[in-house]
Amino acid sequence: MAACMSANRSENAFSANDLVPEWAQEEVSTGTTIMAVEFDGGVVIGADSRTTTGAYIANRVTDKLTPIHDHIFCCRPGSAADTQAVADAVTYQLGFHSIELDEPPLVQTAANLFKQMCYRYREELMAGIIVAGWDKRKGGQVYTVPMGGMIVRQPVSVGGSGSSYIYGFMDSNYKPGMTKEECLHFCTQALTLAMERDGSSGGVARLAAITEDGVERRVVLGNQLPKFSNV
Amino acid sequence: MREGLKTQDGGIQYDLSASTFSPDGRVFQVEYAMKAVENSSTAIGIRCKDGVVFGVEKLVLSKLYEQGSNKRIFNVDRHVGMAVAGLLADARSLSEVAREEASNFRSNYGHNIPLKHLSERVAMYVHAYTLYSAVRPFGCSFILGSYDQDDGPQLYMVDPSGISYGYWGCAIGKAKQAAKTEIEKLQMKDMTCRELVKEVAKIIYIVHDEVKDKAFELELSWVGEVTNGKHELVPKDVREEAEKYAKDSLEEEDDSDEENM
Repeated sequence: MAACMSANRSENAFSANDLVPEWAQEEVSTGTTIMAVEFDGGVVIGADSRTTTGAYIANRVTDKLTPIHDHIFCCRPGSAADTQAVADAVTYQLGFHSIELDEPPLVQTAANLFKQMCYRYREELMAGIIVAGWDKRKGGQVYTVPMGGMIVRQPVSVGGSGSSYIYGFMDSNYKPGMTKEECLHFCTQALTLAMERDGSSGGVARLAAITEDGVERRVVLGNQLPKFSNV
Repeated sequence: MREGLKTQDGGIQYDLSASTFSPDGRVFQVEYAMKAVENSSTAIGIRCKDGVVFGVEKLVLSKLYEQGSNKRIFNVDRHVGMAVAGLLADARSLSEVAREEASNFRSNYGHNIPLKHLSERVAMYVHAYTLYSAVRPFGCSFILGSYDQDDGPQLYMVDPSGISYGYWGCAIGKAKQAAKTEIEKLQMKDMTCRELVKEVAKIIYIVHDEVKDKAFELELSWVGEVTNGKHELVPKDVREEAEKYAKDSLEEEDDSDEENM
């Protein structure tokens, strides 16, 4: 994401406005690697923690896993401002809807609300979202709403600029019917591999497991990430 | 009794608009609207173990009417049906309101509207028309029923005052008291739709007044596991079986009455 954005900027360190360095004029982007996996009884979601403005890392410990409701989270790759704005709007709508219905909202409802907004404002927004959570009807669910506003449910989904590097890993290592611990391990490995290769992803790996009982969050610090190569 | 109208000494009239309370705290226009419902023929809805069945006594005012026309049971969504009593034109416009609510919900939230929510929304709409003198209240009550995998069978009734109630069985229209008595005799929680359809037909036949209203057409519809969650009019063979059961039961009762005499 950040890579394709900076292609439009000038090569010099200082552009037309000499008072402010170029990196301070870049839009804030969560370059990102994010993913979500369904298991029987819930979902596991994970993200890296790097936010960039151009080549400068504005925040190296970002929390990209945003709660939308008690048992529903979303992962936000793309423009930080766009995704925050959309997530705030959906959080409001979903909260209102849940009170009206007097029962916890469905993950499908949250995903549809994201889709409505992302599709309607597709030209203005740069936001691809992964919505994941647990509800009483269908258990753990992962819905991906990429840029453009499509919606599709998948057992495992990856997103963000770092996702390109781990599609192969995901395809070869994902097995249906994994347990929560296996899913957490799978996510940690996938995020690590992406963070190794994608310049816009890095920092720590943040994970969360959402089940009927609630949300369990974990952080895997940089030096605790699995090592894949001996170099 | 026209308590609202006090014209002896040119006193105040309390029943001319919905925006006026009477001294004893009633809104007469709403009560008159409910009387309009009581003038109409009976409609009943019963919820059973695996679905909901509607039955409407549709009075045939002219031999020239095409059979099956002037329906009193509407489809609001694939899984929701609505049976009405009262002013039919008012009921038709409310069915459009209900359809829009269900459609907007699906468009915004991506799944079927829960019946409780739908009936609350439509009831809110009906209630709005009881607040102003510029409009009159809707002169119809209606029964909403649905079936889906997660919530099971649901039945709600909305009346002209704008309240919605959840029921296991309810009746609206001129013979509602008699129908309620019959419904209370049933053990609907243990029955299936197929069994219930026959009982619903029987109740309509029982409450139909042969003397005052001559011919009538029985409109039957159901939604449940038997229809895979789709609300539809009962198929011809099931309806004929139900009507036969109803007619036979009535004859038996007549016979047993004669024996007792």
